[in-house]
Amino acid sequence: MVLEHSLLNIRKLDTLSLQSSPIHKLDPRSKLITTLGFIITVISFPRYELAQLLPFLLYPLFLLYGGNIPLGYLLKKVAIVSPFALFIAIWGPLTDHEVVFRLFSLPVSAGIISFSSIMLRFLLTVLATLVLIAGTGFIPLCYALIRLKVPTVLATQLLFLYRYLYVLVEEALRMVRAEHIRSLRNKMRFGTFKHILGSLLLRTIDRAERIHAAMMCRGFAGTFRVKKTAAFKTADLFFIVGWVGFFVSARIYNLPLILGNLIMGATA
Amino acid sequence: MHMADALLSPEVGGVMWVATAGAIAFSAQKLKKQADPGKIPLMGVMGAFIFAAQMINFAIPGTGSSGHIGGGMILVMLLGPSAGFLTIASVLIVQAVFFADGGLLALGCNIFNMGVIPCFLTFPLIYKKFKDNKPYSLRSMAAIMAAVIIALQLGAFSVVLETVFSGVSGVGFYDFLLLMQPIHLAIGVVEGLITIAVINFLAKARPDLIEQGPARQNEQSAAVTAPTTKKIRTRIIIAIVLGTALLTAGIVSWFASSDPDGLEWAFFHTTGKEEPSQPQDDLHRSLQAIQETTAVLPDYNFKNREGTTAHGETAEPATVHSSNNGTSLAGIVGSLLTLVLITSAALLLKIIRKPRTRK
Repeated sequence: MVLEHSLLNIRKLDTLSLQSSPIHKLDPRSKLITTLGFIITVISFPRYELAQLLPFLLYPLFLLYGGNIPLGYLLKKVAIVSPFALFIAIWGPLTDHEVVFRLFSLPVSAGIISFSSIMLRFLLTVLATLVLIAGTGFIPLCYALIRLKVPTVLATQLLFLYRYLYVLVEEALRMVRAEHIRSLRNKMRFGTFKHILGSLLLRTIDRAERIHAAMMCRGFAGTFRVKKTAAFKTADLFFIVGWVGFFVSARIYNLPLILGNLIMGATA
Repeated sequence: MHMADALLSPEVGGVMWVATAGAIAFSAQKLKKQADPGKIPLMGVMGAFIFAAQMINFAIPGTGSSGHIGGGMILVMLLGPSAGFLTIASVLIVQAVFFADGGLLALGCNIFNMGVIPCFLTFPLIYKKFKDNKPYSLRSMAAIMAAVIIALQLGAFSVVLETVFSGVSGVGFYDFLLLMQPIHLAIGVVEGLITIAVINFLAKARPDLIEQGPARQNEQSAAVTAPTTKKIRTRIIIAIVLGTALLTAGIVSWFASSDPDGLEWAFFHTTGKEEPSQPQDDLHRSLQAIQETTAVLPDYNFKNREGTTAHGETAEPATVHSSNNGTSLAGIVGSLLTLVLITSAALLLKIIRKPRTRK
């Protein structure tokens, strides 16, 4: 079932983030900032750029293999969310037929280049985001947000949401399963759906009241107290400076072309 | 629909981030002033509820497809604008990082499209204005429906604007608009029906929540925010105006700073699509494509194409073809080599890392 599947999906990312590796040991802040820098650099390329984007694959793959994260699993996730990007990108080949160059006498149109460029950007940005979460974990990331001066209410909200995600998804799962067993249809009718949704909402609100009472008993005053576990070390400095330096130089210089010219020059 | 990083330009993404960050800071501050500690766990659990609810599907009669809830308006109606907004924002953040739905930079756009619009535009300006005091009266239901539909229409419209302004994809403004608005009208009707059904269910099962909850909120807002609602609204309007101004400024500066090709290309894509039937259109487009490509790859040796825009319309494609072969081969060889290098570096890393983790 879809529901069970998505729950397993979150669990899997969580499990991955609990590993111990040099990547996991980095300060979440440095990974977050570097990933943002990465995404901004990647999308700052003009529309028809393709070759120059390739060196950027290095960053997600570095985190991936450095952090023991399975590539195949993340690629599957990338594929699941790709329809929207695909739908927008396909506009290129459909409207832009101008042949820009020929690849071994095979005509390549500008539309195909823009299509490939969008899909490559998509792969890079989504992969970087997923690797960030799989290599850091959601809770450390929320703590990083607090220390980066994001409003505490939002960070607290994220921690709460994350904590109760499993609980409520499991609750919904039980209700859907109960309905599924008792009904003769494969799909739920709207009449049933609205009652299930309403009941889930009621249970949610009751639960919130119980949680609130329990938290008040334990002295909750609106924010979580965060123990400063992650410290900004020299490794973090090297990580940020090194990668941002790489992003900037790969943005300015067309590394694949330079490489190609070198090779061609050597063979010629 | 979730905007993706890959379709955004840094300018558009950045402007939307700034606007959204402002809305978050504003809501956080407002919530702090309200000082209702019971609201914080409620917000958290309600966010999780939306997740769970989105995973329950039902059959849409007669279509064979299934639908689920978006849930934005329910959150606003039960929590109020600022708490509802922060909850929607948190849901979108979790969706972005765990499901890669949208992206980190696109979060600005997504939170704006699906959070700011329903919470600070259609909820106060449509729902609140038109509903009456009974939750399940026809008038209140119509108010919910209108607020939901208009929020989704505006959201879809801003997805179109963000995509077109970013200019990463070749999607035409009118084509995209004609596709997005009707789809989101249908989604809006379904979403409106679900919202009404859930609110009515709640009104029957726990009338205290509907009558007392919002009433308590109203009291609070009467006590704390009633004088400030106007202020809030003007602040929001100022924020929106500021956002638009920044957006325009960004685009104008982009026009001004980039080469004439960029200017002409952007101009063409935002305005020229109005007359797709014009014969010169295709020619223009192909020309723009070439210019763009050549501008993008300045080291390729077909760079000297001065005056293309003025007179080189017919000659240009030929020169591109003929002069391109040498350099594009270098580009392709270089690209392949880059891929090989990266893959081997990654594999090397994998090999180095393996024994250490097994220890």
